[in-house]
Amino acid sequence: MTAIAIEGLSKGYGPVQALNNVSFTVPAGARSAIVGASGSGKTTLLRIIAGFEQADAGRVRLDGDLLVDGLAGVPAHKREIGVVTQDGSLFPHLSIAENIGFGLPRGLAGREAEIARLLDTVELPAAMAERRPHQLSGGQQQRVALARALARKPRFMLLDEPFSALDTGLREAMRRSVVAVLRDQGIGALLVTHDQAEALSFADHLVVLREGRLVQAGPPRDLYAAPVDPDIARFLGEAIILDAEIAAGRARCLLGEIEAPAGARQGKAQIMLRPEQIRLAAAGATGTVSDVEFGGGSAVVTVVLDAAAEAPLRLRISGIDIPSPGGRVAIEVVGSAYVFDQQALPMRD
Amino acid sequence: MSIASPAATHETARRQQPLRRLSPRAPAIMTGLAGLIALICLIPLGFLVAITIQTGTETVTQLVFRARVAELLLNTALLELCTIPLSIGLGLALAWLTERTTLPGRRLWAWLAVAPLALPAFVQGYAWASFAPHLQGLTGATLISVLAYSPFTYLPVVAQLRRLDPALEDVATALGRSPARVFLEVVLPQLRLPLCGGALLIGLHLLSEYGLFAMIRFDTFATAIIDQFQSSYNGPAANMLAGVLVLCCLGLLLLDGSLRGRERYARVGSGAPRAMPPRQLGGWTLPALCLPLAYAVLALGVPAYTLGRWLIFGGAEAWRVPELLAALGTTIAYAAAGALATTIIAVPIAWLCVRNPGPWQRKLESCHVYVGSLPGIVIALALVTITVRVALPLYQTSAMLVLAYALIFLPRALIGLRGSLAQAPVELEWAAAALGRTPLQAVAQVTLRLAAPGVGAAMALVGLGITTELTATLLLAPNGTRTLATEFWSLTAEIDYVAATPYALLMILLSLPMTILLHRQARSAQAQ
Repeated sequence: MTAIAIEGLSKGYGPVQALNNVSFTVPAGARSAIVGASGSGKTTLLRIIAGFEQADAGRVRLDGDLLVDGLAGVPAHKREIGVVTQDGSLFPHLSIAENIGFGLPRGLAGREAEIARLLDTVELPAAMAERRPHQLSGGQQQRVALARALARKPRFMLLDEPFSALDTGLREAMRRSVVAVLRDQGIGALLVTHDQAEALSFADHLVVLREGRLVQAGPPRDLYAAPVDPDIARFLGEAIILDAEIAAGRARCLLGEIEAPAGARQGKAQIMLRPEQIRLAAAGATGTVSDVEFGGGSAVVTVVLDAAAEAPLRLRISGIDIPSPGGRVAIEVVGSAYVFDQQALPMRD
Repeated sequence: MSIASPAATHETARRQQPLRRLSPRAPAIMTGLAGLIALICLIPLGFLVAITIQTGTETVTQLVFRARVAELLLNTALLELCTIPLSIGLGLALAWLTERTTLPGRRLWAWLAVAPLALPAFVQGYAWASFAPHLQGLTGATLISVLAYSPFTYLPVVAQLRRLDPALEDVATALGRSPARVFLEVVLPQLRLPLCGGALLIGLHLLSEYGLFAMIRFDTFATAIIDQFQSSYNGPAANMLAGVLVLCCLGLLLLDGSLRGRERYARVGSGAPRAMPPRQLGGWTLPALCLPLAYAVLALGVPAYTLGRWLIFGGAEAWRVPELLAALGTTIAYAAAGALATTIIAVPIAWLCVRNPGPWQRKLESCHVYVGSLPGIVIALALVTITVRVALPLYQTSAMLVLAYALIFLPRALIGLRGSLAQAPVELEWAAAALGRTPLQAVAQVTLRLAAPGVGAAMALVGLGITTELTATLLLAPNGTRTLATEFWSLTAEIDYVAATPYALLMILLSLPMTILLHRQARSAQAQ
């Protein structure tokens, strides 16, 4: 069963192609995230699904119903899709209760009780019902926006960077809370974000857009472990990208010989290691520590390898037993390297 | 690329809503309407160009290159050159004293520095003409203009002083600058835009003001045009004077554009969220007090004395209540109709500015804004001549007068409307749509509701401006129309100062709310 199906969606603004033949599907009840840099087209995609923007070509289906078919579509107010935006978009002239009740019919029996239940669902005290949006904190405003969107029992939920205006700690709490509410109510959701950590922890499925094109989609773990190119590798987390020579299940690189997966391409290639694969040990590729940036639980150590002084490595290591600048270290790699399945590219930072 | 199998479609029949074209029609409709209104705004300028061509080079040369025009140009240039620097100096000094020093009674002096705005310039002129009848010519015109128009520089400077990042002055001090050099090198350059804005406003007012200069017999283009028009209905002569007047306005606008420069004056970063501590005046307190005191005595004391004297002299008999009420009623009716018309015709361009900005919108907007810098006399003259020539039934009708008001006060309505529409961002309409509201319902329940207070304030500002408008009203009002301004004008023309005083008082009362509003706006300016 599929909730949202996007088929060949395109949208241009003058000479700029914001979306270029994008297709993917989100299973019913699943949480999906669209990530991409600024201008990659992710917000345009979300606005077309919501009905705030007209597509140039392509289709959008919700539970099989056509919402968008080229230039035609179902008007936004008839789509039954909930939307939570970056700043909540609460109506400043209405109280919290009136905001939540905005989507409920005026004469609905048990309307007040429903508003109280929704406040409870998003863990806000009933006493806040009569307050105005400006009297609430950013996190509370986002909870109200979620409750307001849930009130109409939407068939699908669109979340447009709803956590980006919040502080780091609050952001995580809010994300967990939203995931719990969506899971309890069985509502599928699409989150737009430029924060890869947020996308990885929120979604069951990840879609990566670049310059209006879909470049990779799949479960977050798959994308993190096997990105299609170095740019996506870096976008989804810290990555050490090295030039290597692959032969007989081994990758020869600056760090010595590292295990490579069977079936990986042979010859010259680029490989990727994640920081958690690297540790300072007694044996391995040797080098000198040139700089240390202490960061609490972890530290970033810059190592000038004996084998390649011209390309220092920046390694994130545990905050315990940090070497001093000038100290000698050896680097060990855990697990196998990921080999990019394309021609070796010039290294880019 | 797919991450799941295609959707099952067995529920299609139950839920499928009909599809329709989603392209929004509002931008096209609003652009069309704004284009139409921009064309109407271009009528006065188009009229002047057409009439110049029609008049022919020889006649135009005769009418423009003559001693009378040279004399008016000299008067205008001298008036601008004397008034603007003095007004800038006075406004700046008063703003600094009331905002940045420990001057005793700062809040009171701040109110008194703005209060002259409540006196229409021609009432200020009447007060001085009656108080010091020999004060005429350039000296009188400069003195009264400085008194009447200094709030135009005071208000924006106060707003900018409150908006300045105090950390900049701290840093300049830490870099070794003395307080005087900090003011000259850090504060003053950042006051350039408000000072230019205030100076331009004063310059344009000096060009368009009729009543004040007629009252003290100082000839400017505005007084000469009305004289020509009223004495001989000399169309070509009046129109050519109007042409030169418009060129003067254009010159001022160009000068302002070049003086503003291209520097960035907006804050870089959010700045420090606190106010500068006021400077101790110490031994300078008494001399410093003389300036606001002298200004208050001259700009408020003299009119208060004159009006009070005529009121006491006239007693209760001066209050011809039926006539006063009739004029007040007519004034309010025109103010309400004008405010409504102005606001309605400002809606399309305000909507485009906020919701659909682009190169076309900017061109249309400049058409809407330029008309506000044209003197009311030019707009009125264009409408009079056009109606007389091609639409005589419309000549001297209420509709034409309301149209003139709408053109004169269009920028005022536009600024208010733009700000209030920005209070209702399109995201809120989208939120309403996602919650089941149709586009019209979303506009009615969210946008209009949120914009209403700002729209109301904009309408009030336009309405209050209309209550003291004199020139266009004199030229375009239907025969027999008596507004507060025209009644006051005809009574002072008959030297019946006693009977004129109640009308002046009513106009001052009607102008008070606008003065209070502008004062509050300037003082509420905070770091953006």
